[in-house]
Amino acid sequence: MEKSPIITIDKLIKRFPMGKGEFTALNGIDLTLREGEFAGLVGPSGSGKTTILNIVGSLDVPTEGEATVLGRRVSRLTTREAAMLRRESLGFIFQSYNLLAVHTVFENVEFPLLLLNYTSEERRKMVMDALEWVGLTEKVKSKPPQLSGGESQRVAIARAMVKRPSLVLADEPTANLDAANSHNILKTMEKLNTELKTTFLFATHDEKVISYLRRKIFLADGKIEKEEILKN
Amino acid sequence: MKLALKLAYRNLIGAGLRTWLNVIVLSFSFVVIIWIKGVLAGWDLQARNDMTDWEIAGGQYWHEAYDKYDPFTFSDSHATIPAEFREEIEAGDMEPSLIVQGSAYPQGRLQPVTIRGVNPQQTLFKLPTEKLDTVMSDAIPAIIGTLMSKTLKMGPGDRVIMQWRDANGTFDASEVLIVDIFNVAVPAVDAGQIYIPLEKLREMTGMPDEATLLSFRDSEKQRPEVAGWNLKPKEELTRQVDEVIKVKSAGTTVLYAILLLLAMLAIFDTQVLSIFRRQREIGTYVALGYTRGQVVGLFTVEGAMHAVLAALLAAAYGLPFLMWQAKAGWTMPIDVSEFGMAMAQTLYPSYSAGLVIGTTLIVLITTTIVSYWPSRRIAKMNPTDALRGKIQ
Repeated sequence: MEKSPIITIDKLIKRFPMGKGEFTALNGIDLTLREGEFAGLVGPSGSGKTTILNIVGSLDVPTEGEATVLGRRVSRLTTREAAMLRRESLGFIFQSYNLLAVHTVFENVEFPLLLLNYTSEERRKMVMDALEWVGLTEKVKSKPPQLSGGESQRVAIARAMVKRPSLVLADEPTANLDAANSHNILKTMEKLNTELKTTFLFATHDEKVISYLRRKIFLADGKIEKEEILKN
Repeated sequence: MKLALKLAYRNLIGAGLRTWLNVIVLSFSFVVIIWIKGVLAGWDLQARNDMTDWEIAGGQYWHEAYDKYDPFTFSDSHATIPAEFREEIEAGDMEPSLIVQGSAYPQGRLQPVTIRGVNPQQTLFKLPTEKLDTVMSDAIPAIIGTLMSKTLKMGPGDRVIMQWRDANGTFDASEVLIVDIFNVAVPAVDAGQIYIPLEKLREMTGMPDEATLLSFRDSEKQRPEVAGWNLKPKEELTRQVDEVIKVKSAGTTVLYAILLLLAMLAIFDTQVLSIFRRQREIGTYVALGYTRGQVVGLFTVEGAMHAVLAALLAAAYGLPFLMWQAKAGWTMPIDVSEFGMAMAQTLYPSYSAGLVIGTTLIVLITTTIVSYWPSRRIAKMNPTDALRGKIQ
């Protein structure tokens, strides 16, 4: 049986003001992503990968067309509703980790749970579980400046996964990592996708990441050029 | 709010030296503002107490013609003590004073003086009037203050010729013997004043049983209106010093404003820098589910928390300092005896709960406003640009 769609993108256009004119970043994107997919938007810089992630992550809105994420139409969300969507159902992983530098590893991973009003006991358990998934339980008291790039990105994955979101959006997650760390990170995400059934959507042009994707959506000049789906 | 407080605290402590520099500057403002306000309040309290102890007691009745600022009224401002006051005078709770204008001739100079006749056995004032009874001499015994002593260039045991006019306007003169010098912080009690026994002055001026003013002990007692005499309650008599201190207090507000401005500039600067430097962090908060309003709130709380930490730091080093000052007092580096107002050389600051709470609230509210102001910019940030640190 076909799984239900988690993201539906319909004739999506996004234009940005540029000087006196406009730059079209996305030009009529149609895309459906289903629960449990491990998919990636692949393309060179400026192809529109991050713009799609931002709109799907309700950090930005379409100029025309619509993106429906977990049944909610992004263009119709108020800022508060968009924040609630991100808070409850979405996880983000960024190229430069975006960890809160003055907070410990535990506090960084705990942060999304603070917004969801879990008790401190529940939070502790969930944080430790998440750190166990990424193999960083011994670093709970460390602060981001004391971590390596690979460790920082694993903390970012734990932070994205700790609340068991339906969808994780990863923007160039291995761009700042060496090959060994990249594979390590990708294996971790693949494992979480398999075990927790979390949907992952990547934006990447890194061959290492591309090799792990089960669905590759190739973008060029704001349009979908082609798709490749690996059969199980 | 609880979350904002928790995060703000973590961020502030995590920011290290930058936070503590702001907190130290702000805590300094706290302590200085409270100290200066305390000194002024202490001065007011001290001035009122000194005036009560040395000059006005619980209040006074003035002869209707008497004007303390116009010595020409003195010759007409005396009358027989009304019968209504007798009982209180006999009980020692009311003291008559007779005031006459005169001249002293120290070292051949002419020095205008105000001659005050006081009861040597009085217990209403701290004046050492008992000394007027201890010396048996052909000269009139007199006590004067240190300021007057400097003016006359005379000390205990010195003699001076004093001239006055009696009830009929006739000039008379006699030798006065200075029997004691007292030290007082109320210039009106000291400058130009010579105190001699009341009965002696009455005899010298031919004004038996007369007085210029009557000072009473009990300020709470209901006082009757007496024809020819004006009732001057204590509040009215201390109003002038209250007003002077109010003016001084308004003047020092400029100093508080400068201190606060310096502290607020530091906090404003930190906030602006924070918002610029922490764009990715702001974007991350939004990505993790904060609304932009909540991020504005977080940064505002973070800024305002400087004031809370400053209050705690100020309490740590300021309380011992303020308490020590309240006990040891602040001795002014210049001689205040010629300032012309009730002011002791050493002022003892007086701090009220209202002063401490009021100052804390003012600093807290000002800090919150200054923190909120630059934080509003966050609400206009595009989170995707913030995440990439692209905002200029």
